[in-house]
Amino acid sequence: MSTSHTKAAEEFLKKETYARWHDNTFWGVRIKRDKMAHGLPEWEQLREKASEIKRHTLTHLDHYAAKFADNAEKNGVVVHWAEDAAEFNSIVYDILKSHDVKKLVKSKSMLTEECDMNPYLEERGIDVVETDLGERIIQLNHQKPSHIVMPAIHLDHHDVGALFEKVLQTEKDNHDPTYLTYMARLSLRNEFLTAQAGMTGANFGIAETGDIVVCTNEGNADMSTSCPPLHIAAIGLEKIIPDYDSLAVFHRLLARSATGQPTTVFTSHFRKARPGADKMHIIIVDNGRSEWLADEKHWETLKCMRCGACMNTCPVYRLSGGYSYSYFIPGPLGINLGMLRDPQKYSGNVSACTLCLSCQNVCPAKVNLGDQIYKWRQQLDSFGTANKEKKMICKAMKMVLDSPSVYNAATSSLSIVNHLSEGLVNCGLNPWAYGHKTMKFPKKPFHKLIDGLEKED
Amino acid sequence: MKVGLFIPCYVDAVFPQVGVACYRLLRHLGYDVECPKKQTCCGQPMANAGFEKDGERLARHFSDLFSGYDYVVAPSVSCTAFIKLNYPRLLHEPDDCCVSRNCIDMVEFLHDVAKVKGPLGRFPHKVSLHNSCHGVRELHLSSPSELNIPPFNKIKDLLSLVEGIEVVEPDRPDECCGFGGMFSIEEKGVSRLMGREKLQRHIDTGAEYITGADCSCLMHLAGVAGKDGKNIQFKHVVEILASGL
Repeated sequence: MSTSHTKAAEEFLKKETYARWHDNTFWGVRIKRDKMAHGLPEWEQLREKASEIKRHTLTHLDHYAAKFADNAEKNGVVVHWAEDAAEFNSIVYDILKSHDVKKLVKSKSMLTEECDMNPYLEERGIDVVETDLGERIIQLNHQKPSHIVMPAIHLDHHDVGALFEKVLQTEKDNHDPTYLTYMARLSLRNEFLTAQAGMTGANFGIAETGDIVVCTNEGNADMSTSCPPLHIAAIGLEKIIPDYDSLAVFHRLLARSATGQPTTVFTSHFRKARPGADKMHIIIVDNGRSEWLADEKHWETLKCMRCGACMNTCPVYRLSGGYSYSYFIPGPLGINLGMLRDPQKYSGNVSACTLCLSCQNVCPAKVNLGDQIYKWRQQLDSFGTANKEKKMICKAMKMVLDSPSVYNAATSSLSIVNHLSEGLVNCGLNPWAYGHKTMKFPKKPFHKLIDGLEKED
Repeated sequence: MKVGLFIPCYVDAVFPQVGVACYRLLRHLGYDVECPKKQTCCGQPMANAGFEKDGERLARHFSDLFSGYDYVVAPSVSCTAFIKLNYPRLLHEPDDCCVSRNCIDMVEFLHDVAKVKGPLGRFPHKVSLHNSCHGVRELHLSSPSELNIPPFNKIKDLLSLVEGIEVVEPDRPDECCGFGGMFSIEEKGVSRLMGREKLQRHIDTGAEYITGADCSCLMHLAGVAGKDGKNIQFKHVVEILASGL
């Protein structure tokens, strides 16, 4: 009985000390988040409000998306609509080509990961430079993000130091984080100054004004948009919210949930191109979202604001790592989004959940991630991706449990197991024996004792 | 008041002493208790594995057996939570007509219905409390650590009525132990490490016993402890409440 996740997790767990470090690192983030959440008396009201606003906006998305686009256009922004990843990539490329762009600096955007934009542009001769430090590290290391907010968190400063020695020619064995950050900064300064275009994602699109809002800790989005003459912003359809009053709610939740900060260091609002610069472009991307919205069971996953808190609290994520999930977003959110994207391809992640439901209790938009995973499990059989052994076990259990007489006979004879040899009980065929000592079964199950108990009275 | 006692399949087969403790405690408190003979399982194991439909007949059977009681009490939070949250859907019955409306975990029954205040048993030991996920986040037996709500813990309240007991909680007091039904065999690597980590946090409290309101978490942790040769004992919370009665 194994899935793509269980196999990858087994690899991850071969380094148990590392797994524990990974677990503790993210638990530390969860603790910081808890301090913030417990520091605001109105926290639970904010979460409820955020959920309500998202439910409202998503169920009136045609209205708000059109309003957002209209207002952006009124500000002089060129608005594009991309139905899917291919269209998005070609729109970006066409804009870059028409501006003769050779180098693009970009701030962090999971949407461009989703669309595989970087390789698309690189194949066409454009130098794409990630400027978020974590993203830059994994770009130089030829890796994908292992977490949506802290993409390089799986590496420690020695890993980064060794990498920078190779690619940035830093001092040998100098793995001091401040030094390494300084060297990354020096290298990135040059990229900002020599790029012809900058790209940002968007944490929020404000329908009432046509603004986009980008939250970062490093100011790299501001550098990416202040140095080059051209700014392209990519925004997922579901990131649109009605107005600045709504933003006030989300802004209070986002950084507190994501990293345990009261706010991100920079919250940048972009309305139009700066004086003297080229026209700003906003690309609104659907790429499946409007279809997911029509999914009665799972549409609320779209309420997500991508804070990553569900990953930080998920014990399975913490002890199996971001790369054990086959979808590019890991953790409870990734399990759900992967299933929305392509159940045939991503069903192997659905096993990565104990249904502990911590995820939906930390979620600032009250996405019921764990409940959704339960629902996806019920659907696996209809996709033809259910585990055959598991299905067989369930059928066998059903046969025994549906018949009280068979059940009584079975439970009454379990103590026979006690007399089997250790080797037989704990053999490799018994997956329970992998981590557990098999229990001793009592001579009599409870249902054989009840008559005696009744006589006690 | 007529109370039906539901002893879930694995409690019946592996932990009969928990069923005995429930029965005795309810009788001690003066309730008219019945334990219908033909009960088996609530259907949760199949449902959590993704085969909820294989539990539909069990839900119907449960409903037939237990519909006549004022309360259906069970000593296993995940089973109770499963019945409460899923039976109306599985049985196509509205929440307020379904058998699930009267279904209640033993801890919640003692705390909120029986409103037990008086002295219970005697248990002069240091005990580390295992707050099971479905008890915390589905049945609300205690305040989840994630939420900013006034803290409470019904299990702790009850244990405080036991003479001589010292109750402690581990670091990360409501983090999952890694059992998760079939998760424990499907994702056996992650499950084992989650179990080991959780067990160690309990052991670090210096407790002699781990207790909780769900035998399945305790079964998992006991299995891990046995395999790793860790020396700590396990008791369901009702066994402690009823000890010496």
